[in-house]
Amino acid sequence: MRLGAKMVPFGGWLMPVQYTSIVEEHQAVRNNVGVFDISHMGQFIVDGAGRRDWLNSMLTNNVDKLDVGMGQYTFLLNDRGGIIDDLIVYRIDEHKYLLVVNAARADEDFAWLQNHLSEGRSLNRADGGLPAFAKATARGETAAPCNPTNRSANFGAVAIQGPRTIALFHALFGKDIELPARNHIVDVPFNTTNLSVARTGYTGEDGIEVFFPAKEAVKFWSAVLERGEPLGIKPCGLGARDTLRLEMCYPLNGSDLSPERNPIEAGLGFFVDLAKPHFIGRDALLKTNEFGPREKLVPFRMKEKGPPPRPHYTVFRNGKRIGEVTSGTLSPSLNWGIGMAYVSSAHAKIGAEIDIEIRAQKFPATVEKKPLYRKPAS
Amino acid sequence: MIIPDDLLYTESHEWIKREGEKIRVGVTDHAQSELTDVVFVELPKLGRQVNAKEPIAVVESVKAASDIYAPVKGTVVEANNALEADPGLINREPYGQGWIFVLKIENPDDLKNLKDAAAYKKQIG
Repeated sequence: MRLGAKMVPFGGWLMPVQYTSIVEEHQAVRNNVGVFDISHMGQFIVDGAGRRDWLNSMLTNNVDKLDVGMGQYTFLLNDRGGIIDDLIVYRIDEHKYLLVVNAARADEDFAWLQNHLSEGRSLNRADGGLPAFAKATARGETAAPCNPTNRSANFGAVAIQGPRTIALFHALFGKDIELPARNHIVDVPFNTTNLSVARTGYTGEDGIEVFFPAKEAVKFWSAVLERGEPLGIKPCGLGARDTLRLEMCYPLNGSDLSPERNPIEAGLGFFVDLAKPHFIGRDALLKTNEFGPREKLVPFRMKEKGPPPRPHYTVFRNGKRIGEVTSGTLSPSLNWGIGMAYVSSAHAKIGAEIDIEIRAQKFPATVEKKPLYRKPAS
Repeated sequence: MIIPDDLLYTESHEWIKREGEKIRVGVTDHAQSELTDVVFVELPKLGRQVNAKEPIAVVESVKAASDIYAPVKGTVVEANNALEADPGLINREPYGQGWIFVLKIENPDDLKNLKDAAAYKKQIG
């Protein structure tokens, strides 16, 4: 608020939509560096002997692919294959996973996880699952095979995004400290504590996300703004976060993803490992694969300069309704209307000509390839 | 926030400048600051007759579309075509080059229902 931020309620948090201007904040991230307060995001720790099998039965991607220090994008599904949440799971050490989930879904996610603690004990594996659980039970230990804890209230996070992230990382943590590789997470000393730094983001730019105990938040945020000043840093709000992610076609839960949509319809089957013998929602996804999804999420671009597309606008083809826009804006990088829509699969093809209805008038658009924005080669 | 003394205002953040039988209308400095980066303006058609509080134009920012209302009953006689090429005029000069349309009004008494600068200032706090 001291920065003149416009605040809105978001997922139970009061969040800045913008500090100065969405367009300025967006350009800062594309050209220099921007910092987002993402403390509202949920953070869960999962440990316990059965953690690996249990997570594999709860999430779509395969946590077996994660070495210590790696993260992966994944989904939490309901029994119908619908998306409860999209999240990143990091293997932060030998024995622990960190799940970073959407603010608005954090409580629901955690309740779902707790209600499914008995899943995933049937796999016979040396380092977890039923044998480890059986042994622990035989020893009279009452510990659950896995132990999820919700640390959201005690932990904060910021995302630092933009081409000058590397310079800012070294200005913050020291020039000899190494950045984690893409999708990796490491602990880095800062003042008297360790912060977790992940090379991840939601903007399409190089960037990091930093997780820390809540009491470090003000100190760290101030340090980022101070050391970032010579690099042209701007504090950025949810507005710029939304335009940046949409240019990259990264989905937003609640808009592009919902419990009524599954990852295959959303075009995100890459993050689903159907070769795993079991996970919640797998049967429904196998069926979707067999018959093909009825609708698919596609990126589109307006053909003419005009009003920007918005969520819930209707999509037509040859005068017939074929779907609905889930995300839309004027792309600050392209200065052009872009969006994503669910359309019937027959028309979900790159180059397909569609119309977006805006205030009772149809405007032509084209189905495009992801992403909608590509950085000019420098 | 700039709130010129010589203009009238609506609760929905339009400003009104009396020009004889006509009024020039735009959105206030406060409104443009709340809307943020204006990226598209849908102008009213010339000759359109409107009632007070009827949506007559649309101002779109990156984030959302907002209706602009006719302050009083009248007929559209001018629309600011410069906004089609440069919608950011609304942010840069809300009371100047960022005007949106001109209405020929039916009854000058209708203007008595609008707020003066002091009342509008009180409204936005």
